[in-house]
This record gives sequence, structure tokens and C-alpha cells, in this order.
Amino acid sequence: MSGNPAILISGLTKTFGRVRALDGLDLTVEAGEVHGFLGPNGAGKTTTLRILLGLLRAGSGHAELLGGHPWRDAVELHRRLAYVPGDVVLWPTLSGGEAIDLLGRLRGGLDQRRKKALLELFDLDPTKKGRAYSKGNRQKVALVAALASDVELLLLDEPTAGLDPLMEAAFRECVTEERGNGRTVLLSSHILSEVEALCDRVTIVRDGRAVESGTLAQLRHLTRSSITAELDRIPDGLAELAGVHELAISGSRVRFEVEADRLGGALRLLTDAGVRGLTCQPPTLEELFLRHYQSAS
Amino acid sequence: MTGTFALVRLALRRDRLLLPVWIMVITGAIAGTASAIGELYPGMEQRLALGVTIGSTPALQALTGPVFDATSVGGLTAWRATTLATALAGLMSIMVVTRHTRAEEETGRAELIGACAVGRHAIPAAAVIVAGGANLLIALLLTVALTGQGLPGSGALASGLAVGGTGWVFTGIAVVAAQVTEHARTANGLAISVLGLAYLLRASGDAAGVETLSWLSPLGWAQGVRAFAGERWWVVGPLALTGLILVGLAALLARRRDVGTGLLPPRLGPSDAAPNLASALALAWRLQRGGLLGWMIGFAIGGAMLGSLAQSVGDIVNDNPQLAAILERIGGAGALVDTFLAAVMGLLGLAVGGFAVQATLRLQGEEAGVRAEPVLAAAVPRWRWTLSHLVIALGGTAIVITAGGLTAGLAHGVRTGEVGEQVIRLLGAAWVQVPAAWVSAGIAMLLFGLLPRLTALAWAALVAFALLGQLGELLQLDDWIRSLSPFAHLPQAPGGEVSATPLLWLTAIAMALALAGVAAFQRRDLAGN
Repeated sequence: MSGNPAILISGLTKTFGRVRALDGLDLTVEAGEVHGFLGPNGAGKTTTLRILLGLLRAGSGHAELLGGHPWRDAVELHRRLAYVPGDVVLWPTLSGGEAIDLLGRLRGGLDQRRKKALLELFDLDPTKKGRAYSKGNRQKVALVAALASDVELLLLDEPTAGLDPLMEAAFRECVTEERGNGRTVLLSSHILSEVEALCDRVTIVRDGRAVESGTLAQLRHLTRSSITAELDRIPDGLAELAGVHELAISGSRVRFEVEADRLGGALRLLTDAGVRGLTCQPPTLEELFLRHYQSAS
Repeated sequence: MTGTFALVRLALRRDRLLLPVWIMVITGAIAGTASAIGELYPGMEQRLALGVTIGSTPALQALTGPVFDATSVGGLTAWRATTLATALAGLMSIMVVTRHTRAEEETGRAELIGACAVGRHAIPAAAVIVAGGANLLIALLLTVALTGQGLPGSGALASGLAVGGTGWVFTGIAVVAAQVTEHARTANGLAISVLGLAYLLRASGDAAGVETLSWLSPLGWAQGVRAFAGERWWVVGPLALTGLILVGLAALLARRRDVGTGLLPPRLGPSDAAPNLASALALAWRLQRGGLLGWMIGFAIGGAMLGSLAQSVGDIVNDNPQLAAILERIGGAGALVDTFLAAVMGLLGLAVGGFAVQATLRLQGEEAGVRAEPVLAAAVPRWRWTLSHLVIALGGTAIVITAGGLTAGLAHGVRTGEVGEQVIRLLGAAWVQVPAAWVSAGIAMLLFGLLPRLTALAWAALVAFALLGQLGELLQLDDWIRSLSPFAHLPQAPGGEVSATPLLWLTAIAMALALAGVAAFQRRDLAGN
């Protein structure tokens, strides 16, 4: 594993007419990690991936992929990566199996044994024609084609959007295995539990800008824990304590959220008041996510 | 039928540019012809002389139909423009109907609509109303335009009804085709084949003087209305009725199938790709081979039918010693047969231009359908992907017209007893057309590279070339305008002197346009969804 990042984007912009799809985006994906690329619809995730694939020309800023230039070195780079689009369209007259083989060969070959295993894992019938597949099954065709290729980098754009929970589990298994094999994965998603379960690091993007980037632990550090406590008495000054939010008191029970670096102070106050029961929940990505969009809009 | 009105408005909004252009072109072609004939043949004697020439030239009758009344401007207008205008009205109807029915189902947009409070038949009904309305408008505008030029009102009305009525018949044919096929491309292909067959039947019947053959074709009915020549109003009846019956048939068929499917159940395919399906070119071939085969079959049939007619064109003249004597001075009946064959090859050349444009614009279809994305996201350079389809478009053009030239040569050769010689002559005449068709492909390729949203202009250019060729001389357009059409530069073949210079120039222009298109595509963003 080289020390160079697999993807390095800084200050990337892209406009379509008068619409600014990317507005100075920064993104670094280290080699060998599974990186979550998180944001709501229209945040610029797909545009970023399409620039990385050399399908769109970058406006300004810097974008580097596997040490190459996404537009100029497109063909060479594409031999080393596989892409699963969010909305898979297949050729109506080709069967799923033919599409998988074709895409694999266009990329420079695929592992037939792995293809068979993946078809079984995803329970996919490869003899149907492109038209006859449901959205989820089209997604599986693209996933099998990508995962059966021997590549360094996987670019996955909301790959589980059409899959049922059982297949989602199969997909997670695959991604975990890919990471074990030392592959880099950029997983664009708005499904938070998926990113939480799979990713080493996360970049949150909003309106074409990265608003947060880091490991889940680092991101949680920036956020609040929610605390529920059963107390002997309600302590004075809890509401006034810096970093405490959304305090609710019912009888001897308090609920509030507290910023990570103020946790100690709040807990001191609670222990002084006699704690009979205490639950402290780390913030879910869900909350993290909601806050980003609420606070900025 | 709930929701039909809203869908009609949607269709009109989507076609707000396309539909008016079609209507203007069709009515303009006839109205322009009428005014040109009025200017060029103001006197009765001039008109009668023209009528005699037409009557003694079966080649002309094959291309445009018989002349029923040469004494009036109206009669000559109806002779010259009816076939052209009805064919265009048929083409318009097919395109409009397919675009709003099968194409919508194929993209899945029909599903979005079908889930709204919209009746089962609302989508085809709206398409039929839009296409039918366009034809009605053409009939009205034609009546007004021709009356405005001082032609008799009844003839003007008959002319309008003949053109609009034929368009209505093909509205019905298209909506039936949209029910039985699964893809918009096949639906268009099927309906356009019917249009081609109708043209061939009428051409054969008119050239050989067999009226029953012409009566088998809706285009023959349009002539049978005899606008400006003692109108036969009852013929409008079968036109209106046939369209209505076909629409009813489509409604019956629609009830028997699911949204998104055709009448034939989908088949299964292989679980692994054949070893040679491993390149962009192999994929392009796989996607285009069916269409190419269809075009080849169509050209083989058309070539055989028209080729077998050529000799009877000569026979008719030989039966008339007076006419033969006049013709002897310009090269005899042999020259007449060659003129006919050259006209046939010119038509095949225009038609193969349609293949060239269609096959090139497959690129645009693949891009807009987001099926180009997975290919270009794999290790395929853009130029290789574009060239793979372009190679099939350019090569296919030569192959398709070879099929037509070959069968025409065989059929004509069998009748004259010199198969070998005629096959070679007509193959040569067919190949002469190729460079002009390539220019059409080049225009399509350049538009795809530079202005992918405006690729429909490639079709507009081809229709313009056809109109320039068919009406340019009659309308006395300046030479430089007529020479805008690449087809105008082709030598007359067979029978004329073939010089390589224009062919090489056209080929060079076609390649330059195409390569400019390839280069432009290298630099632009790929369309997403």
C-alpha cells in the first residue's frame, strides 16, 4: 500500500449553466480505506463521481485519482477501478450475464469463478434480458460486474438503493471482504446506517461543499451526547450550564443533550445530585446529519 | 380515457417546435408547388404539353403518380405534390405517435403517468388526438392556402383531405405498431416499413399501369381522390375509416397486454457473453445488427420491385412508334429505362441516408439512455466508442444500398436477359449514392459532438435534401441553394457519365464532418440523467 491517497480533491467546482453543483469541494480518500461520501440528494455526490470518472470535465480546482488525472488518464485509470452507478440502465436486448461479462471485459477482464459466487450470493438470474430486471436486480448486475473485476478502487454510488435488507446484508459482507483484500472503496450514500456500519472515514457534503470529514469517532467528538438520568433531586444550574441543550425535566428524570467537551461538567453536576440511573447515548450519524442540514439552512 | 386532455397538452408542450415545423413543411411543399406551376405553366397549351410528357414517361409516374388533369394548375399540382406530401404526412404521424406511446413506455415515463388518475387508454388516445389533430390542421391549412392562390375551393379541400387522410391512416398504423412491438425503434421501423411498402405498391402500379396495385396502397387512395380533376369524394371514406379501424384495433390490443411489454413474451438470454462480445465495436454491432438486417431486407425488396418495373417502362414507349421516334433522338427507350433506374437509385440513396442518420444517432440514444456511461466508465476511450458506432453507420450504409442495387440489377437483368451486366451497372449506380448518404451521417455526427440536444436537425437536413431534390427544379430555386444538398452533386447513374471528383469531394466532406464530431465529443461533458 503506497502512502499516496487514492483520491485527492481540493477546491473542486463544477457548474451546469447557472447551477453550481460543486462549490469548492475537498475530499481525501486514503488507499485501503472504505470512505463514506454522505449527503442528501442533490448535494453533488454523483457529480463528483462523474468528474472522477472523466465523464464530466472539472470546472476549477484539483482532482487526482490513483495518482492520475481523471480526464486525461481516464482509460488507464478505468482499468484499475470499477463503478456502480446509482441508477443502473442495461441494454434491453442483452441478458444480465452478457452485460456483466461485457463490462468486465471492457475493464480488462473479470474472474468467472468470482462472478458465479457473486451471482449466487446476490441470488441473481443472469439469463433475463436487461428490460426484464427490476431496479434492484439491475443494481445487482452492476454490482456483480464491479465486484468480480480485479481492481484497486471501487466507486459505488448509492449501490443499495434498490436492494432488499437481505441483499443489503450480502452487499455489506462483500464490502468488508473487499477491504480485507486491501481495496479502496468510495461509498456514496444517504443511508446512514450503511455508512456507519461499513466506513472507516466519512465526508459529509452539502450544496457542493464538504462540511465535515473524519473518522466516525472524530465526527462524534464534534457532536452532542444525549443523556437521560434518574436523580435524587434536580440539580440547580443544569439549564444554565454551557453546552447543555434541549433540557427536559419530568419529575425526578432529566433528559438533555450535551456537547462532547462539556460532558464532564454536566456529569459532575449529576453525580452531586445523586444518580440512581443513567443512560448516555453516543450521537448516531442520523443526528449528526440532521444537525448539519438544520443548522445551515 | 380520464386524463387524456392533460396528456394532449403535455404532448403539445413537448412538440411545440417539432409539430409546427412538420405542418409548415408539408403544407408549404404543396402550396409552393402550386404557385411555381402557376408561374411556369401559365397557358393551357404549355400545361397540356407537360401533361403529354408526363403521360409518356412512366418513370415520372412511378415517382409521383399519374396526372389526372393536365389542363389546370390544380391538376398538375395534385400530380406533382400529392405523393410527396402524403409520404411526409405519414412519416410525421408515425414519428409523433411512437414518440408519445412506445417511447414513453420504454423509458418508463408511461409508468409514472399510468400511476396517476389516468385511464388505461389515455396515453395512446392522446397520441392519436395529437397526430390526428395535426393532420386535420394540415388539411385545413392546405385548403386555405390553395384557395388563397386562386385555385378552386373544392379541389383545394380534396387535396387537403387526401393528405390529411393519409396521415390519419398512418396514425392508425403507428399506434398499432406501438402495441405489438416492445421498443420505440422497432415500432418506428415497422410503421415506416408499411409506409415504404405502400410507396412501392403505388409506384409499381402507376408505372406499369396496373391500377389494382395502386389501390392496395393508402398513398394510391390519396391520388384516387383526384383533387382538381373531378373529385371523387367517396375515396375520403376509406381513408377516414381505415384510420378509425386501426385505432380501434390498437385499443383492443392494448387491453390484452401489460404496460411496458409488447404482445410477444420476452425471451431469456445466455448466462454468459460469447467470447467475442468484448469490445465497444462488438457491442455496437450487437446493438445495431438487427436494424441493419431490417434495412437490408427492405432495400432488397424495394430494389427487386422497382428493378423489375424498369423494362415495362421501356415497353410502353416501344409500343408507341411515334413517341419512340422522338425518343430515338435522345437515346431511345434504353435511355428512358436508364432515366427511370437513375431516379430509383436517387430515391434509394435518400432512403439510405435515413439509415446513415439513424445508425449514427444511435450514439445519442445510448448517451441519453445512460448506457454510454458504463462503457466509458470502463477502459474504453471516447473516440473508440464513437468510432465503433460510426463504422457501423458508414459501413452499413454501403451494405444496405448494395442489397438494393443487387436485387434491382437481378430483377432488371432477368427481364432483359443480361443479368451479369445489369447487376454490375446497378451495383455501380447504387454505390454512387453512398458518399451523399455519408454526408448525412457526418452532419449527424457533428451535431452529436457539438450540440447533442439538437441532433434532430440531422433529420431535418435530410428532409430538406429530399425536398430540394424533388421540388428544387420545379420551384426554380437558385443553383446555389439546390447545390446545398449533397445528393445534387451525384452523377446520373446508370446511363450518365460518372466522374470521381464529386464523389471524392463528398466523401472528404463527410469524413471531415464526422471527425470534427468525434473530436468535439472528446471534449464535452457526458449527459447524465
